Amino acid sequence: MSRGVVISSVIILFIFCACATPQKHILETKESQVKLRSMQSRVFDITDRNRLLRTIIATMQDLGFVVDKADETLGTISGTKRKGYTLRMTVSIRPRGENQMIVRSNAQYNLQTVEDPEPYQQFFASLSKALFLEAQQVE
Amino acid sequence: MSLHKSLAICVPAFLGLCLISCQPRIPKDALALSPESLQDRHMQTRIFETTDEKMLLTASAQLLQDLGYTIDESEVPCGVIVASRDRDVTDAGQVLGSILVAVLTGAATPVDRNQKVLASCVTKPLDDERIAVRITFQHMVWNTNNQLTKCEQINDPEIYREFFSKLSKSVFLTAHEI
Repeated sequence: MSRGVVISSVIILFIFCACATPQKHILETKESQVKLRSMQSRVFDITDRNRLLRTIIATMQDLGFVVDKADETLGTISGTKRKGYTLRMTVSIRPRGENQMIVRSNAQYNLQTVEDPEPYQQFFASLSKALFLEAQQVE
Repeated sequence: MSLHKSLAICVPAFLGLCLISCQPRIPKDALALSPESLQDRHMQTRIFETTDEKMLLTASAQLLQDLGYTIDESEVPCGVIVASRDRDVTDAGQVLGSILVAVLTGAATPVDRNQKVLASCVTKPLDDERIAVRITFQHMVWNTNNQLTKCEQINDPEIYREFFSKLSKSVFLTAHEI
């Protein structure tokens, strides 16, 4: 390999690094919208909006979150868990048909978006235990 | 350029890239119920024999104000009050220790300076006669270099006991319009 090739590769690498401007990160996600929604959402056979919201709050408290915001009209709850790290999470609910509700949660671990399905599975497992209802995948 | 020289450039570059991609990941159990969660729930919850949820929330808000907290957020239909409090937590002992270290080593060590306590107080009707109140505290502490030194849930049962003993008093005072 010639010296010129190595030097120009390093320069190109630096240019690419410099191209990652903060603006680029505003709407950036690693996963597709469909995949994200599918891992972050579950359907529950429930119609009582208030009971669902209150159970979500109780589940978040069981998981060590402090509630930051709650909005019954919009159906969103945001909270933060601090345990040497900061985990922020928003859970939203919306009706699906006459007899079901979709619960969606998205989390941010320190400065990263959580795009790993496992933490969401754990959250929905805890929520379905608290609701005495099964969490179903959105189809 | 010799193979040796190319390696000398490529290996550190590769290691550097590895380090960039090795950001810490979310702990496996961050959103799983911990074995202590039931115990924490007991410590953070008290049950009141009343049906007046609004009165309980008012008494809680009054108590938080008594304790010097400011209310950041509230949503009565969900039974939620969010409050916080900032305080100077400079400790004379810690400052003295830092001065001694500075004298001995010539290097200044930072000491804890401010603390932010966050509290969420949530009411939840259990049946037609009882309402549960659950309070959760977390705190963050920054040192004199503005670095975050603590960021965790407060797990001292005494603090929760004291809060609920004051809440019972606040419920009485609120009920009697004091």
